[in-house]
Amino acid sequence: MEATVANVLLTFLAVTAVGIIMLRDLLAAVILLGAYSLIAAGAFVVMDAVDVAFTEAAVGSGISTILFLGALSFTRHDQKPRPNHSWMALFLAVAAGGLLIYGTLDMPYYGSATSAAQTNPGLAVRFLEESGSEVGPPNIVTSVLASYRGYDTLGETMVVFAAGIAVLSILGLKRRRPGENAPLDAPGDKTTTLVVNSSADDGSIASPNEMKRYPRQRHRVLQVVTKLVIPFVLMFGLYVQFHGDYGPGGGFQAGVIFASGFILYGLIFGLQKTRAIMPPSALRILMCLGLLLYCGTGLLTMVLGGNLLDYNVLAHDALHGQHWGIFTVELGVGITVTGVMISLFYNFASKRSL
Amino acid sequence: MNVQIPALLILVPFTAAPLCVLFRHAVASWVIAFCANFFSFFAACVVLSHVRSEGVIRYKVGGWMAPAGIEYYIDTLNAAVLVLVSGISLIVLVYSYHTTKKEVSLSKHHLFYAAWLMCLTGLMGIAITGDAFNVFVFLEVSSLATYMLISFGKDRRALTATFRYLIMGSVGASFILIGIGFLYAATGTLNMIDLAERIPDSESQRAVLVAFSFICIGVMIKAAIFPLHAWLPNAYTYAPTAVTAFLSGTATKVSLYVLLRFFFSIFGFEFSFGQMLLTGVLLPAAIVGFLLMSLVAVFQTDLRRMLAYSSVAQLGYIVAGIALASQAGLTAGIVHIVNHALVKSALFMSVGCIIYQIGHAHRPSFDNLFKRMPFTCIAFIISGFGLIGVPLTVGFISKFALIEASLEQNYWWLAVLILVSSLMALVYVARVAEVMLFRKSRQETPESSGMSEAPMSMLVPMYLLIAIGLYFGINGSATLSLAGEAASQLLSGFTMELSQQ
Repeated sequence: MEATVANVLLTFLAVTAVGIIMLRDLLAAVILLGAYSLIAAGAFVVMDAVDVAFTEAAVGSGISTILFLGALSFTRHDQKPRPNHSWMALFLAVAAGGLLIYGTLDMPYYGSATSAAQTNPGLAVRFLEESGSEVGPPNIVTSVLASYRGYDTLGETMVVFAAGIAVLSILGLKRRRPGENAPLDAPGDKTTTLVVNSSADDGSIASPNEMKRYPRQRHRVLQVVTKLVIPFVLMFGLYVQFHGDYGPGGGFQAGVIFASGFILYGLIFGLQKTRAIMPPSALRILMCLGLLLYCGTGLLTMVLGGNLLDYNVLAHDALHGQHWGIFTVELGVGITVTGVMISLFYNFASKRSL
Repeated sequence: MNVQIPALLILVPFTAAPLCVLFRHAVASWVIAFCANFFSFFAACVVLSHVRSEGVIRYKVGGWMAPAGIEYYIDTLNAAVLVLVSGISLIVLVYSYHTTKKEVSLSKHHLFYAAWLMCLTGLMGIAITGDAFNVFVFLEVSSLATYMLISFGKDRRALTATFRYLIMGSVGASFILIGIGFLYAATGTLNMIDLAERIPDSESQRAVLVAFSFICIGVMIKAAIFPLHAWLPNAYTYAPTAVTAFLSGTATKVSLYVLLRFFFSIFGFEFSFGQMLLTGVLLPAAIVGFLLMSLVAVFQTDLRRMLAYSSVAQLGYIVAGIALASQAGLTAGIVHIVNHALVKSALFMSVGCIIYQIGHAHRPSFDNLFKRMPFTCIAFIISGFGLIGVPLTVGFISKFALIEASLEQNYWWLAVLILVSSLMALVYVARVAEVMLFRKSRQETPESSGMSEAPMSMLVPMYLLIAIGLYFGINGSATLSLAGEAASQLLSGFTMELSQQ
């Protein structure tokens, strides 16, 4: 049964991937890409990798779809037709794919209990049998991610941070000056507007022209529903953050979910109002603080006489220390990810739509 | 040596990066970057001297024993790479103070220096670690920071150059990740020492083979080895001048280190060069690379593009040394990693001085440059000698070692080809020198007659680098013995005895 579900999902995945490649309309491709991630997340759930599935669903089909749409709002919808087919590229792609398939031929079967990865006494076996008494959290993924390989996670947090400031440096957070808001969608110009304009959202009746330009302008239903949903989204983000020890979740997923609450608000009520709640300078500080919290934990462990990120020294006994260490480190990740995600959204959304 | 120095070496610049962004002040961020980089350099020197006197350092990150946790594994080779990367970064960082002011808008300086620190952290993180997946994580850190640094270029074309590099670099990084994934499937471990032990006994030898091919191609892209070098010339031409000087001495060199580590230590010398015939892949690529790219460099009129092609050619020498797969060849390759980094960074710095004063690096309009910028021109010519391999420069040391290594295996034709390629280097350096020194200005404008040298804060670090180069050119045994030690360690695999926990 499980194998059937996995096979069906993987077939869907392949079909979606081909669809994405064939489509000329980039908007449709982006939407399909979101679907692709969701299917992938489903496949991960079937494979019992719930934490990965969670991340894939939140990042792949959630945030990145919005960011892709934001990027599309800078440019045109349709891909430029390319007259020359690059046979060389096709050959290389097929060769790389063929090599990958060849490599899987003598790999252990799916879910095999005797594979090298399952039976290595130094890693998998140790994590499964010892992590409860060495690290503590029932969710072994969290133990591996935040403690055994906490240094990798430190690096990954910096990758997220680097992405955030890279976009900041290239796109920059420029405020539109009142005089230059002319180049909104010209008639016939097929550009996406990411954020609903809400400048006329004070109860006054918009002109028919404006109604046409901002079709979501009058969507009171959306606004009310959004207002109702956002507290739950933020609450869920906090739950995922602090429940990562026991169930799937942790800083990365929580950061994305928490940020998506703000992004949802931004999409419906406009950037200006969102900026009033969460100013860009606050985001910059959040991004840095999260990473500094992580580095600071590392420094603290060294000051207290342990090695880098050795949480055992943080409290009177090792398990408590591990608990505190994982807690602060995950919090750092969550804060940085939240800051970066909202900042990415601001940067992509601020150019055209407000 | 304090046991925590290896960890601080990484953590200090790592922490300094968000601090730069937090303070958002142009000068403050430069000061933070300088202090952090200075500390790293100092720590790297301490680590190197410790490793050379007392043997390999293994540091348990998180306090976990090796295969379960991540560890640092530092032998002579990584310690030397750490010193090289942090040292060049430090010198160029001093130099960058003025160029950055001119090239990057003041409101973005904190982002620029944060990116610089992240790039430094990433490169050193790759070099210091003993864990295969950790290599990938820090590769990502350094790659993202590098893309960002290049995109700061003043020319709009910097953005397309960045985009191209982003695509190529991401393909390279994903290939490395796929390779590491296959290795994990085949062996169930990520620790390098553990991998080296388990790979020969793995039941999935096909997976090992696929991992080997993917890692090979991925690293070749990252290191810009000849057929996969397409991203490099544009990236080096349009990046801010200080960034080019920084990257040319560090980024590709660290990728070459990864290549050495994977092929010699993890897969093992016999596997890579015996079973996999790596010599058959790398040697032709290297030879075509240094011949063709030297030839292309001769016909470039933009100085930075010329030097970029010359970089690809010089990487060819390093790869040729590695591909010989002998103690002598490996020594020559490693010594040229260091020597080329010194020479090429100095060259890019002198071109940076020219760009700083004149605004471009277009060779045909350099007439009378010697009168205006004598110190810069002398620096360029001395470093150019190093590129050609004139005696008393570092280039001579490494080329001599390389030719010796190829004659040792009776590859006399390789020695001849290296000499031919050196002659081409002579041509392209001489063409620039000729315009600088001898061509009279066509029209004598008042501003071209006076001397207008670059500021001291640019000249001093440049001459410091040249002096270091000359020192190692005269006292070649210093670097050669270091490289020889690293080469014999690579050929004998991982050492297990610990100098400290």
